[in-house]
Amino acid sequence: MSQQQSVADETVSLTVNGEERELPAGTTVADLLARHGLDPRMVVVEHNRAILRDRDAYPRIRLSQGDVVEIVHFVGGG
Amino acid sequence: MTTAALPVNDVPFEISGREFRSRLMVGTGKYRSNAEMSAALEASGAEVVTVAVRRVDLNRANEEGMLHRLDPDQYFLLANTAGCYSAEEAIRYARLARAAGFNEWIKLEVIGDQETLLPDVAGLLEATKVLVDEGFKVMAYTNEDLITALRLEEAGAVAVMPLASPIGSGLGLLNPQAIRTIKRRLAVPVIVDAGVGCATDACAAMEQGVDGILMNTGIAAASDPVRMAHAMRLAVEAGRASFLAGRMPKRETAMPSSPLEGMLD
Repeated sequence: MSQQQSVADETVSLTVNGEERELPAGTTVADLLARHGLDPRMVVVEHNRAILRDRDAYPRIRLSQGDVVEIVHFVGGG
Repeated sequence: MTTAALPVNDVPFEISGREFRSRLMVGTGKYRSNAEMSAALEASGAEVVTVAVRRVDLNRANEEGMLHRLDPDQYFLLANTAGCYSAEEAIRYARLARAAGFNEWIKLEVIGDQETLLPDVAGLLEATKVLVDEGFKVMAYTNEDLITALRLEEAGAVAVMPLASPIGSGLGLLNPQAIRTIKRRLAVPVIVDAGVGCATDACAAMEQGVDGILMNTGIAAASDPVRMAHAMRLAVEAGRASFLAGRMPKRETAMPSSPLEGMLD
């Protein structure tokens, strides 16, 4: 986390679940999920239209300016 | 706790080599509470339960999806592509569902019209082909058209799911003859999906000889969903047994059940 301290002022803007969001530069997929209190095993993440199948890779995938992220899960349905 | 204790000499209910313990499959939508849903699923005796794929609402604290409420060891989670209006969209949802990591099965819906929620059969066939190629086990929600059902089977669907009547309508089995025809002509399991409103409907659908029924609103929108889930369970078992038993021929005239001999002078 201390590594991110130096870039704390910098942000990237991206679209998450259809909404524009400003996030600290260097935010990873794992950070994004943690920010929203989401358990990675309970959701599926799509990053710029590519499904991120390897949950172990979430801490290594950094989000960039203009990225489009979708976080989905199972809800009640027929 | 089944009350249908008489042994029904039935073949196992199998789809694509996997055996399921109940011919009743249920949805998880539209319940008034999670507790009610859990109790209704339990009462239904269903093993296969359907779920939908949707965005997590990031503006709600502690948003919890179905996985917090359904034990994947207890239920077979069958994701659907409900709400998708094109093959491309349905394929995207199917891929997301598979990435959840439970299984490669998908209840494929490609909807063609908002008012009727009837399937877009061209899109459905296209999506079936793509997903089968990708290794999905596709259970295709379709209308009661035989030719579409045949094409879906040819395209590799592991089960074909004709509607009894439109989704959420509760109108019951509108075209039994068409459902019988599909069942007679297909080798893959035929599962009636959508439109079942009460136990009579479920029983009547099973009496056409189909392999199973999938329903959601018929249970969830009942005044007492848990009781209705139980009724549906019995109705599916009764309908199956009735089909296997083979009904008596219909007659236009009466025939006495009691002997004509031995009447008093």
